[in-house]
Amino acid sequence: MKIWVPLDSAAVALGADDVADAISAEAAKRGVDVTIVRNGSRGMIWLEPLVEVATDDGRLAFGPMEPGEVPALFDGLESHAKCLGLTEELPWMVRQTRLTFARCGVIDPLSLHDYELHHGLKGLKRALSMMPAEIVQEVTDSGLRGRGGAGFPTGIKWKTVHDAAGPQKYIVCNADEGDSATFADRMLMEGDPFTLIEGMAIAGIAVGATKGYIYTRSEYPIAISQFQKAIEIARREGILGPRVMGSDYSFDMEVRVGAGAYVCGEETSLLNSMEGKRAVVRAKPPLPALEGFMGKPTVVNNVISLASVPVIMDRGAAFYKNYGMGRSHGTMALQIAGNVKYGGLFETAFGLSLGEIVEDIAGGTASGRPVKAVQVGGPLGAWFPPALFDTPFTYEDFAAKDGLIGHAGLTIADDSVDMLKMARFAMEFCAIESCGKCTPCRIGAVRGVETLDRVAAGDPSGIPLVADLCNTMKSGSLCALGGFTPYPVMSALTHFPDDFATAKEAAE
Amino acid sequence: MPATPAFDAAGEETLSEILNAHRGIEGPLLPILHAVQEAFGHVPQEALPIIAQDLNISRAEAHGVMSFYHDFRENPAGRTVLKLCRAEACKSVGADALADQTREKLGIDWHDTTEDGAITLEPVFCLGLCACGPAAMVNGKLVGRADAAKLDKILEGAR
Repeated sequence: MKIWVPLDSAAVALGADDVADAISAEAAKRGVDVTIVRNGSRGMIWLEPLVEVATDDGRLAFGPMEPGEVPALFDGLESHAKCLGLTEELPWMVRQTRLTFARCGVIDPLSLHDYELHHGLKGLKRALSMMPAEIVQEVTDSGLRGRGGAGFPTGIKWKTVHDAAGPQKYIVCNADEGDSATFADRMLMEGDPFTLIEGMAIAGIAVGATKGYIYTRSEYPIAISQFQKAIEIARREGILGPRVMGSDYSFDMEVRVGAGAYVCGEETSLLNSMEGKRAVVRAKPPLPALEGFMGKPTVVNNVISLASVPVIMDRGAAFYKNYGMGRSHGTMALQIAGNVKYGGLFETAFGLSLGEIVEDIAGGTASGRPVKAVQVGGPLGAWFPPALFDTPFTYEDFAAKDGLIGHAGLTIADDSVDMLKMARFAMEFCAIESCGKCTPCRIGAVRGVETLDRVAAGDPSGIPLVADLCNTMKSGSLCALGGFTPYPVMSALTHFPDDFATAKEAAE
Repeated sequence: MPATPAFDAAGEETLSEILNAHRGIEGPLLPILHAVQEAFGHVPQEALPIIAQDLNISRAEAHGVMSFYHDFRENPAGRTVLKLCRAEACKSVGADALADQTREKLGIDWHDTTEDGAITLEPVFCLGLCACGPAAMVNGKLVGRADAAKLDKILEGAR
């Protein structure tokens, strides 16, 4: 009997380890030979811990499983109370286009054999048969844009590093996924780490870098240990090291762990942190592509950007580019979170409307109350009211509505949310996490909290001040922390004016 | 509050082993600080000048880096560190109410430790459990869909 029990953080947080132990114990008790594979998550977080059992027809899904329901698994599969049917046929799975997350939840994350059985290493093998400039061109042609949030064309960034002279270049993977509502990087590092290793190796070969770093978060202990194990396996098997897959290219990597500073997700502050400095944002230019880690040419890419490269190299630029809408090509791993009925990771081509995502795919709120607002793009993203649910999910369409898609996290909130409180929290968060370099961010955020408190206490004269302050922060900050905190604040103020007026009226 | 133990000769020995283990790596300061906190439970302030001298940076620089990051603590934490997520996705499913209840029950505010040195309460901004919030972490162990009952059960043995 072969059984999959996820080791994904979300599954573990919901009791997957206890379920795995219960399966081992029950199997031992009954004398049944069971192989338990600790896989990644399929992304259906509301069903975690999602247990799968191999059958002749495919993998049968059971969830959310509790340890007490394990013995019944051995009495009959289809008759089990938590049997959901074949995993691959569940509506959530059928509707997706899984390119970057094709293997996540499917394979044993630490089995290179499993990885290769599912198209793994094909992209790297093809890259090794090409000239570096051709690899860069292929990535450029795919239309892949930075999945961390900024949406900068990945190929252009790579070309800058490729063309830069220097004996030492670096690939830095930004896995400092600090945005609330995002967990795609974590899921990939836990559920399919070899994809990221392969993507980074291809990047190294393409731009002439021999060393890679993954900078991730101390809040992600499972991702860290899982990824470190994967690196060791890749090194042992010759994927990493002085001769990548037997070629003349050398590439190796190591994990670096942050220390709880949100601002490190900004690439220049990340580089300072890696160099052992205070994670203060650097002014650009110079671009990290020319003077990055230790002053050397450096590619800084998000996990999902790098992890999308293997499928692009395997299937070709045109295959990838054909997905999507307008200038947003390929797929995006939506992370649906907050007060939501069906929360989790849903990979799909760009272009679905926000309403389809929230009402249809996510099924509305978990509380059953009406959706009031959806924050798209993490704590620096705008809150969208249902009136804007026709907005297509692309970089351009969200920008046109004074929002951003960021790293594609969506926080859904029901009608109990107080948008004045959320605006205040955005300012408070900015004040706590500001690196201190730019005055509008460092001081403005503190003044923002104070002014919103005045508004809450019934002083309407604070509202134009907040708007003015947001303007100053937007144009006077070097990075997105100070520059984008105005998005959640101003969108709350613009779309939900009643929440800012009630306190005032109450005071009158 | 637990007392901060003196940084003695054994401490210096441990520190020197940590410094030796990090020779030759690029940007060693954060990995060193993590290792020191792992070994001592906090970053003893007496260690900073020694680290600074070893890396040929100023004491001010070492202090500046340590104090920049939320993770590093100058004094030991309680025996159990409870981290509660305060970010938006968790807020949308009641993280604020849970935090208020917890603070009241423990009689402490954020960053504080209970009188008996048992529990330290820390805010955290996202554990990546945004589809199964409110999220918590108890001595490194992740907890999804946390509520007062779940936390009570986990913290039962802590006091």
